[in-house]
Amino acid sequence: MRRLFSRYRILLPVVSLALLLVATFYMQPRTMSYFGVNLLFNLAVPIALATVAQMCIMMVEDIDLSVGAFVSLTACVTATLLNDQPVLGVGVLACLVAAYAVMGAVIHRLELPAIVVTLGMSFVWGGLALFILPTPGGASPGWLRSMMTSTPPMVPMAVVASVVIATVAHLLVVRSGIGTVLRGVGGNARSVARAGWPVIRLKALAYGLAGLFGVLAGMALVGLTTSADANIALRYTLLSIAGVILGGGEFTGGKVSPVGAVIGALTLTLAASFLSFLRLSPDWQIGAQGGILIIVLMARLLFTRRNTRDG
Amino acid sequence: MTTLFSRPWIWSWLAAGGAFMLTMLLTEGRGAGELAYAALSFGAFAAIVGLGQMMVITLGPGNVDLSIPAVMTLSGTLALKAMGSVPGAEYWGLGVAVAVGLGAGGANFALIYLLRLPPIIATLAASLVYQSVAIWSNRGLRIRPPEALADFATGRAFGIPNVALVGLMLAVVVWVVLERSIWGRWLLATGQNMRAARLAGVPVQIVRAVTYLTVSVLAAVAGYLLASFSGGASLNMGQEYLLMSIAVVVIGGTSIAGGNSNVPGVWGGALFMFLVVSMLNSYGFGAGVRLVLTGSIIIGIVIVASTRRARP
Repeated sequence: MRRLFSRYRILLPVVSLALLLVATFYMQPRTMSYFGVNLLFNLAVPIALATVAQMCIMMVEDIDLSVGAFVSLTACVTATLLNDQPVLGVGVLACLVAAYAVMGAVIHRLELPAIVVTLGMSFVWGGLALFILPTPGGASPGWLRSMMTSTPPMVPMAVVASVVIATVAHLLVVRSGIGTVLRGVGGNARSVARAGWPVIRLKALAYGLAGLFGVLAGMALVGLTTSADANIALRYTLLSIAGVILGGGEFTGGKVSPVGAVIGALTLTLAASFLSFLRLSPDWQIGAQGGILIIVLMARLLFTRRNTRDG
Repeated sequence: MTTLFSRPWIWSWLAAGGAFMLTMLLTEGRGAGELAYAALSFGAFAAIVGLGQMMVITLGPGNVDLSIPAVMTLSGTLALKAMGSVPGAEYWGLGVAVAVGLGAGGANFALIYLLRLPPIIATLAASLVYQSVAIWSNRGLRIRPPEALADFATGRAFGIPNVALVGLMLAVVVWVVLERSIWGRWLLATGQNMRAARLAGVPVQIVRAVTYLTVSVLAAVAGYLLASFSGGASLNMGQEYLLMSIAVVVIGGTSIAGGNSNVPGVWGGALFMFLVVSMLNSYGFGAGVRLVLTGSIIIGIVIVASTRRARP
């Protein structure tokens, strides 16, 4: 029964994405093509990366309210420093990842509430972004642009990228030994500590991973949009939390699913396109996204109810 | 003196005072009254939503209301639309605002209770819907508040801004309820240990329901006042209050782990958040540096406050 339950957890995000995809194809058959699918999911790539970043934090039972500001900052760095002086740019991005790791260590060491520290850091990231790029602009490094807009045979780039992200995150978080220990920190940090693991380093690692995925999200975003501004990704904070939850993650106990998180991000992006095909007035687009979120979570409740009753 | 310094709220007031002093140092004492007046006016909105957020956070880990900005926008929009600049419609508008608050709070709690959603996700998803309703009803409308209401919101009594008086009054009411009423004890007990509270006979779900209703009503009233204060509702008027409401609560010394609230600290935090920005402004820092310093100061205060608590 437990196996069925765990299979259900990933099944639900998959089914909701598939349903939404079918509905979109039905509404607008022309999207059922290489080009159409690429358009539908193009902007999902940075959101998926940001969602995986958020998942790394939620894995250790924290929550990150600065993801959006951080991705905006890395996008600004990518569009300016990384483009003009690649060596310096790479150095700055590496420093940002390190800063995230330090933030995790400090949060653990001083027992600070992550929600507040990340809140404060969102101001810092936003300020740095404004400092680097006071007005919208910049340019995408050529290699990044050609990578994001490349057209692999048969399968569009957006899908390839999503599969790669999901696979890498899955291997890292679910299959690897260190990933298991990291999820253990979210489940019961004390018992992990008793087992001889340095929890502070593990937390730093989890935050560092989040920083790494955040940097990748910013780079992917610039590769797509070719320019950046300091507020470009602020909505990613809420999107990433919603994506993790949609993908079957939970706030407690280190229960996360990397594949689910990527699917959750795809679902949220697709929801926006679907709604525009519905010819829904743009006024209701945001609200309908909220509605879809609620419906999926409602469906999940039905699944879990049934499972707990059976088991 | 030692008892005074052991109060968790003292730090937010000291920080606010420090920011005030540093600004005065620059201007050599000129404009002290104006600065204090502005801090009270703008701080009032942050304090009102902060009071609500504080009660929700007191409910325990995982309880945060992310729908505050959307509720503020929605109530400001609908209230102004309902009043339609007609003189004498002020109370009707307030009624609409309170109704919006009750409706939003009820919807939030229904999602939390019936769907068992984590409050963060429930209020987040609901806020998207409220935002849409606000966009839909606001479309291109620029309705001015009735003259008398606008005068009230920007006016003063006894040299103190009216909005600050409203905020202070609400703070006193919340303080009395939390510290002197059985309901306040229930709230704290629920936040400290929900299971233990339930076993002790506290109607836990009712306490949670009332708390989520209260936070939305407070946000709605703040939205109503803010829209009247700034001469009309706008779609992004609530935006900055998401982070603000959480920041003032935490700076004010309320434990983010719940079960422990702190009313004076909310006002201290609200004044501080305004004063620190105006201090950095008057020192001529650019927008980027200002944000970096604001964030660093918030984190600094949280670190100081939490290490003080850890070693009493």
